[in-house]
Amino acid sequence: MDISTTVNGEQVSGEVEPRQLLVHFIRETLGLKGTHWGCDTSNCGACVVLMDGRPVKSCTVLTAMCEGHEIRTVESLEVDGELDPLQQGFHERHALQCGFCTPGMLMTARALLDENPDPTDQEIRTAISGAICRCTGYQNIVSAVRWAAEHESATKQEI
Amino acid sequence: MAVVENLPSPSTERPIGFGRLKRKEDARFIRGKGTYLDDIELPGMVHGAVLRSPYAHARIVSIDTSAALAHPNVAAVVTAKDLETLGLAWMPTISYDTQAVLAGDKVRFQGQEVAFVIATDEYSANDALALIDVEYDPLPAVVNARKALDADAPLIRDDKSGQADNLASPTWEAGDERATERAFAEADHVVSRDMIYPRCHPAPLETCGIIADFNPETGQLDIYNGNQAPHAHRTVYAHVAGLAEHMIRIRCQDIGGGFGNKVPVYPGYVCAIAGSIVAGVPVKWVENRSENLMSTGFARDYIMRGEMCSKDGKITGLRVDAIADHGAFDSTAQPTKFPAGFFHIVCGSYDLQASHVKVKAVYSNKAPGGVAYRCSFRVTEAVYLVERMVDALALEMKADPIDLRMRSFIAAEQFPYETTTGWTYDSGEYAKTMDVAKKIAGYDDLRREQAEKRARGELMGIGVSFFTEGVGAGPRKHMDILGLAMNDGADLRVHPSGKAVVSISAQTQGQGHETTFAQIVAEELGIPPEDVEVRHGDTDKSPYGLGTYGSRSTPVSGGAVAVVSRKVRDKARMIAATMLETRPEDLAWEKGRWYVKGDPEKGAMIEDIAARAYSGEPMPADFEGGLDAQVIYDPPNLTYPYGAYIAVVDIDPDTGHVKVRRFIAVDDCGVRINPMVVDGQIHGGLAEGVGIALMELISFDEEGNCLNSSFMDYLIPTALECPDFELGETVTPCPHHPLGAKGVGESPTVGSPPAIVNAVIDALYEPHGVEHIDMPCTPARVWAAMQGRPEPPQ
Ligand code: FES
Ligand code: FES
Repeated sequence: MDISTTVNGEQVSGEVEPRQLLVHFIRETLGLKGTHWGCDTSNCGACVVLMDGRPVKSCTVLTAMCEGHEIRTVESLEVDGELDPLQQGFHERHALQCGFCTPGMLMTARALLDENPDPTDQEIRTAISGAICRCTGYQNIVSAVRWAAEHESATKQEI
Repeated sequence: MAVVENLPSPSTERPIGFGRLKRKEDARFIRGKGTYLDDIELPGMVHGAVLRSPYAHARIVSIDTSAALAHPNVAAVVTAKDLETLGLAWMPTISYDTQAVLAGDKVRFQGQEVAFVIATDEYSANDALALIDVEYDPLPAVVNARKALDADAPLIRDDKSGQADNLASPTWEAGDERATERAFAEADHVVSRDMIYPRCHPAPLETCGIIADFNPETGQLDIYNGNQAPHAHRTVYAHVAGLAEHMIRIRCQDIGGGFGNKVPVYPGYVCAIAGSIVAGVPVKWVENRSENLMSTGFARDYIMRGEMCSKDGKITGLRVDAIADHGAFDSTAQPTKFPAGFFHIVCGSYDLQASHVKVKAVYSNKAPGGVAYRCSFRVTEAVYLVERMVDALALEMKADPIDLRMRSFIAAEQFPYETTTGWTYDSGEYAKTMDVAKKIAGYDDLRREQAEKRARGELMGIGVSFFTEGVGAGPRKHMDILGLAMNDGADLRVHPSGKAVVSISAQTQGQGHETTFAQIVAEELGIPPEDVEVRHGDTDKSPYGLGTYGSRSTPVSGGAVAVVSRKVRDKARMIAATMLETRPEDLAWEKGRWYVKGDPEKGAMIEDIAARAYSGEPMPADFEGGLDAQVIYDPPNLTYPYGAYIAVVDIDPDTGHVKVRRFIAVDDCGVRINPMVVDGQIHGGLAEGVGIALMELISFDEEGNCLNSSFMDYLIPTALECPDFELGETVTPCPHHPLGAKGVGESPTVGSPPAIVNAVIDALYEPHGVEHIDMPCTPARVWAAMQGRPEPPQ
């Protein structure tokens, strides 16, 4: 079937199998390998992307369902060589080890900060509780999201 | 070298050498630019999928692949028959057993590999699996390891000649049985407990997979595969496939976590290699999550009975009898001479009079293993047993669990200390570390709070554990795997510009090797860590060595990198002497430069020495030029990191739900190269410990059906189950390690489960008389125990 959608601000269209999962469209058809895959049951969150600004597990969305919607992946976070505060925060606070969960965590946290620019630690923990990190024990991820929240509001105040 | 250019990096955060240096590898990962196995595409690549057995134990009557072969996108379907013609139907395990690559005669566990489909794409390969028709004749399954040796137990390994029962390896013993009997006879208090360290799974977020690319023209086999021991894998493939070792190249790229799961060679790997050899195109196979949980290296499954005794208020004796359930094929990962791994470190941190340990291993109709899930070869099982026993003994003696430990510790002045099971612990100041943990926790206040809550009917528990691990295997004279000494190599080249490349045989799966190993070179040579590129994970570009597991990286590879850096430094001294027109012995070293003793102005920086080493200027006599060196590091002993952990739990009296409210971890891992990375390792390991203690379990029904084959049933802690961990440290440098470091990756997973279970029992013993609950302490189990009902079976 034919599909037309927007990925990272660019219009993409093409023919896909009706059963194709969005994660496979992103990774295989578009070659955007930053979105990962980690389970068969929609539990791990390695595949999280934004659909119209809301986090979705792209292993649980059919490509066909994206017609007319806007998808954002981890590759869109850095703009003109400028890192998203979350990316920077993850580096500052050692919020990643193997890095496999990182894209999904970043996108989940991006959606959180867009909605709630000043979340408490508990709100952060709840927001990322649909995503598994096997390496970090989450503490530094929470701290990285706080770092990003603080730095984001600092830049916003300057403007 | 990957440097995050646009990040602010104040100079205080850029140590030359040891310190909290932010990681180099982050630059690609935060951008989604890591390259994991499944991200690699090769021209002409096809995809494999594995058909797996629905039965735990069954004869294979027939396999019909014709419909699958008729699928338009299917290139081949491989079965055991095809592999037999290639001599690849069976492969060796790392424990000198054999394992079926594809089942031919019968299947021996649910999820066992039966056929391998190769198709143009992943979807088609999976479609074709449904078209293969296998007729099975089911057999009764052995699920309970305690019954595996019963006379009427069905024989699992009828493929092995001379195998008449399900014994996987004969009883293995350590310690002194008679002396232990004496200790018990003289004791004031004796306790015993039966406990299980249940089957759990490392479940790294990235599953296992491989790309095999055989070039029929050149005979070269290129393998892409995230594994923890690329050099050892290559040697195994050379033996299994009969290929020349130098014509095999393994590249690991980025690995999405390992935790022991990526140590073994799996049947899917061999199938992909065979497929590529036959088809002449690259074959990719990536397992799905169910395959990962059902068929690849599980961990633990130790059924243990412990007895402990005391005299005059101090622990004196320990006796352990254990059955190890190895599953259908014995592919336990451990040094050859240690069939129960390092389980005999079960004597723990205590100055015992005597101890005795017996372990026997059985086959069952379960997935083969076991690997060490973030563990140095059964140290985890050992620490769990001894730390649960100490608490049981404390209950019996009506003693405070910290006081009993304090009275029984090996004292600082007793090191080096020979344990009753034959280990030589090199250093330790246990009481000091325990004290630090006690202070951070506010132990006495916690006890007061507990008493108040108890009076109100609330369930609060405080659990302690104190562990000693043996890591960094190991000395060549004692330790090998498949005949390969457990040593690691390092190769350091300083280029004319003063920038360096160090190649190591350790393989990162997230531990930050690209940063910490650069810091070791930086510390030793005094050049900025940004100027040191760390190369690993490519057998063509790194020296031979056994890889990363068992907390080996810092103890063994870290030793190698320190020693090779010092060799380069010595070479630099010779060149500097020529440059400064003096004798080498007249030079002194400070970070980054050799200078003339008594005339510190006169010196040569390492960069200048490097430039000179490759120049046409005069060189020392007999000096061949260049600034490089190579070593193989053979550690003189294991290292013995230790730590004191305290868990505080609250239990919901209405549901049995256990919440870890606080967790205090004080680790002594010797000198810390990058404390930020060390803390990160501890956080991650503690989270896994919380999982094992409360949530993670691979269990089976009576027919051998795996009940936890997805993340719906195999529960991994999320951010909501993990507390903010409170860390502390003491530093007792390892006396025999070149850097004084000991390794830390596994300490938190080893030490935390007993602390949490001890806390659960501490909460429940007084109000409900509960003496033990096997892990995981799920609400159902805790609730049943509170009601005095037997535990739900596992
Ligand atoms: S891949 Fe696990 S939730 Fe999508
Ligand atoms: S960093 Fe490895 S899974 Fe999160």
